[in-house]
Amino acid sequence: MRYAMAIDTKKCVGCSDCVVACQTENNVPIGYCRDWIVEVTDGTYPQLELEIRSERCNHCENSPCVRCCPTGASHYSDGGIVLVTEDMCIGCGACIASCPYDARYPHPDGHVDKCTFCIHRVQKGQNPACVEVCPTKCLYFGDLDDPNSDVSNILKKRKYKTLIPEAGTKPQLYFLI
Amino acid sequence: MKEELIISGRMNYKVDPTLHIWSWEIPLYLFLGGLAAGILFFAALYYLRGKENMYKSAVKWVPMLTPLFLVIGLGALFLDLHHKPYFWRLYTTIKFQSPMSWGAWALMVVTPISIIWSGSYVREVFPKWDWKFQWIYTIEKYIIENRRNLAWIMIVFAVILGIYTGILLSAFNARPLWNTSIMGPLFLVSGLSAGAALIMLLSNDPLERKKFSQIDLLLIAIEMVLIIHMFMGFRASTDVQIEAAALFLGGPYTLPFWIFVVFLGMVLPAFLEFWELKGNHIPAYIPPLLILFGSLMLRFIIVYAGQASRYLY
Repeated sequence: MRYAMAIDTKKCVGCSDCVVACQTENNVPIGYCRDWIVEVTDGTYPQLELEIRSERCNHCENSPCVRCCPTGASHYSDGGIVLVTEDMCIGCGACIASCPYDARYPHPDGHVDKCTFCIHRVQKGQNPACVEVCPTKCLYFGDLDDPNSDVSNILKKRKYKTLIPEAGTKPQLYFLI
Repeated sequence: MKEELIISGRMNYKVDPTLHIWSWEIPLYLFLGGLAAGILFFAALYYLRGKENMYKSAVKWVPMLTPLFLVIGLGALFLDLHHKPYFWRLYTTIKFQSPMSWGAWALMVVTPISIIWSGSYVREVFPKWDWKFQWIYTIEKYIIENRRNLAWIMIVFAVILGIYTGILLSAFNARPLWNTSIMGPLFLVSGLSAGAALIMLLSNDPLERKKFSQIDLLLIAIEMVLIIHMFMGFRASTDVQIEAAALFLGGPYTLPFWIFVVFLGMVLPAFLEFWELKGNHIPAYIPPLLILFGSLMLRFIIVYAGQASRYLY
C-alpha cells in the first residue's frame, strides 16, 4: 500500500477551500495551515504563465524528517503516511529544519504538526477532507499499489512532476501539468 | 526579461517567510559544546602524553569549568524545546540516523566524564579540600589509578562531541548552506581553537600560554583552509548551494561573517599571536577573547544563515 495524491494544476483555481477544510477537519490552530496555495507566475509580459498548486506534506518515501527525529515521534504509518506522535515529540525543531518543503510547523501546544493525509478518514475508506471539498475536483487521492485507484488512473493518463526531486526525498505528491 | 514570481498563501509562525525555528539557544549550545570538547580534548591529550605537570591549567583546572559549560549548554537546549515536559523521550531511544539523538547520548557520556575528571583533580588544585566522606576518597583513589583509561575515553568522546556540533547541521539536506560535510570538521577545529584560547586566557604559566598560542595559530590556519574549501565546494556545486554561498559573498551575511568571524575571530588574533611570539608585548587577554568571540559568532551566523538558505521551487 502506498498512499499518494495528484494535484491538477490546470484545474486548480486557488480558492483555498482545501486549506479551510483541513483547518476545520483537523482543528488546526488559528493562524496556521497544514496545506496551502502557491501561485507561480513566469514568463515575459504579455506571455505569462500561471501555475496554481495546492501543496501539503509530500509524505516522502525517504523522509528527512523521519530520519532526523531524535525520539522516533516522526514515523511512517499505514501506506507510507508520515505522522507525528504528539506525546513522543520534544519540539526540538529538527524535523522542521529538515523538510525541504517547509511542510511542518510548531503547534502552539508544543509538538510539531503537519498534514496527516487525514489518516483518520482514510482508514474509514473516506478521502482526505481537502480532496472531498475541492470544488473543481482537482485533487486525486488513493493507493498507488492499486491500479484502479483515482490517483493511479489519473497518473496513467497525464504528465506530472514532483517538487524538488533533486532533494532525494521521493515525494508522493504528483502535480499534473 | 523572463521572471518568476512565487506567491504562497502560507504564513506559519517560525516557518514563514523564512525559517527561524532556531534562535540564540542552539548556537550558544553548539558553542559551549565545542568549547567543552576542545578543553577536554587538550586535557586528555596532554595527560596521555605525560605532560600533566607541564601544562597544569590545561590538564588540571580549566577542565573544571567544562561541567558548567555543558550544563549551561544543555539548559539552552532545553529552553529551545517547544514540548519541554517530554524532553526525557530523547533518552528512551537511540536513533543512529538522527545526529540529535546520538549527540544527546554523547552529551550524556561526556558530562559525567567531565565531572569525574574535574573531581579527581580537586584535591590537587585545592589542597585544603576535604571530601567529608570516606567513600568519596575510595572512589577518588580508584579514578586516579584509572585516569589513563578515563583519558582515552574522554579524548574519543571529546572528538565525537566536537564533530557532532557540526554534523547536527550538515545532516539537513533541506538547508543547502548546512548540507556540506565540511561542517563537522570546521566546527570541531573551531571548538578546539576555542578550548585552546580559553586555556591560554586562564593560564598564568608563560610556557603553557606560548604552547597554546602556537596550537591556536595552527588551528586558525586549518580553520581558514576549511572555510575556503567550504566556499569552493559551494561555488562548484548546484544552484541552491551557489545561492547559499552568496549569502556570505555579497548577501546579507557578508559583513557579519567576514568581519566578526574571519577578521576579528581569526585573522586579527592570529596576527597578534604571531606578533607576540616574535617577542612584542600584547595584552595577554586580547587574542584569546577575540578567538572565543569569533567561535561564538561562527555558530550564530551559520545557524541563522543556514535557515535563510533553502530550495526554491
